[in-house]
Amino acid sequence: MVQLDFGAVLVQWPLLLRGAAFTLGLTAVSALLGVGVGIACGWARANGPRWLRRLVGVYVELIRNTPFIVQLFFIFFGLPTLGVKLTPELASVIAMVVNLGAYAAEIVRAGIDGTPRGQIEAARSLALTEAQVFLRVVLPPSLARVWPALVSQIVIVMLGSAVCGQIAAQELSYYANLIQSRNFRAFESFIVATAIYLALSVLLRQALNWAGPKWIFGRVAQAGR
Amino acid sequence: MIDFSLWDIFRNLLLAARWTVVLSLVAFIGGGLVALALLLARLAKLRGAQTGVSVYTQLFQGTPLLMQLFLAYFGLALFGINVPAWLAAGLALTFYTSAFLAEIWRGCVNAIPKGQWEAADSLALSFAEKMQHVIGPQALRIAVPPTVGFLVQVIKGTALASVIGFIELTKAGTMITNATFRPFTIYACVALMYFLLCWPVSAWARRLERTLRRGSH
Repeated sequence: MVQLDFGAVLVQWPLLLRGAAFTLGLTAVSALLGVGVGIACGWARANGPRWLRRLVGVYVELIRNTPFIVQLFFIFFGLPTLGVKLTPELASVIAMVVNLGAYAAEIVRAGIDGTPRGQIEAARSLALTEAQVFLRVVLPPSLARVWPALVSQIVIVMLGSAVCGQIAAQELSYYANLIQSRNFRAFESFIVATAIYLALSVLLRQALNWAGPKWIFGRVAQAGR
Repeated sequence: MIDFSLWDIFRNLLLAARWTVVLSLVAFIGGGLVALALLLARLAKLRGAQTGVSVYTQLFQGTPLLMQLFLAYFGLALFGINVPAWLAAGLALTFYTSAFLAEIWRGCVNAIPKGQWEAADSLALSFAEKMQHVIGPQALRIAVPPTVGFLVQVIKGTALASVIGFIELTKAGTMITNATFRPFTIYACVALMYFLLCWPVSAWARRLERTLRRGSH
């Protein structure tokens, strides 16, 4: 008979809490920067000169067709050969930003492609600068259009961050591993961690679905529809 | 220390890449079969299937694949079975794949106009006949591009099996790195091989999608 002992894991709740907080922090920083990269690349793919479009295309394809864990290992273990030494945390953030950026670029571009031409022409005829046209007319409704996809991608990146424990970044799965190495309750430890991840993914999705319309594209998008 | 030439590294990685391919195929085919069963259970309106399958997909889509792998690995070990890494990895990836495919395919079935169901009903077709002659063929046509696209996710997902000690491309890369201390070259090679595996599949999925879109207009 299998005896499960969750008490031995739950007793370590301060570690789990710290791990969960770190995972969320990692995700928040990466999401902000990653979506920023995505927007920049989305703009470049829609409006940039041909060489830039091609460069961004190569970046997007390279990242989307290789596993996150390999990207992370390349950054953390590979880059020091070139003299770039990174802490596990910094390497994790960079890997997550680079990864999310590529996916977000595709998503944002899809949103930009959906902009009616007339809106851009109207904005230009009001003598807005190109930057204003993009930032105030094209981008907000574009983000609103693709927000659900963007939210899903951010959740995927959060779940993917479990891999960062493999390079000793101290996030949730790292602590789950630590706990099971102390009490040999591997299954229970990972069940608890998995449950926390599930809760985090539900919460994060809710929070982003709420924050998007409220803070990020807001009234502009409503007017744009 | 053994001296590894670039060709040695490449050759060893290529040998290990076989296992990435095998694991991907096992997960994809196994996951496809499970997903089909889940989908049919849903469509046949078996009791509890609707909620059951939706909870199942939520669970697998809302938790990290890495945790699923650990749970399969340590969970099976709880029953006193000495689990080989390939078994745990195969099982976890199969269930993971099935959850995603079940969701993708459900979307495809939902995309079929309601009139098709009603027409099939009015012809008094049985559930099996409806699936085989009316819904199946139409759903299959729109399901192919996203399914092929998801294969890329499966191939990339197998990289995580390295963490529980299954020797595939990523694990081989780590092992060779430990022997040669050339992480930059080796992980670049590993990434290149994944790219060579995944990119044609991505491109294929995109082409299928374009063809489908052109056909439906």
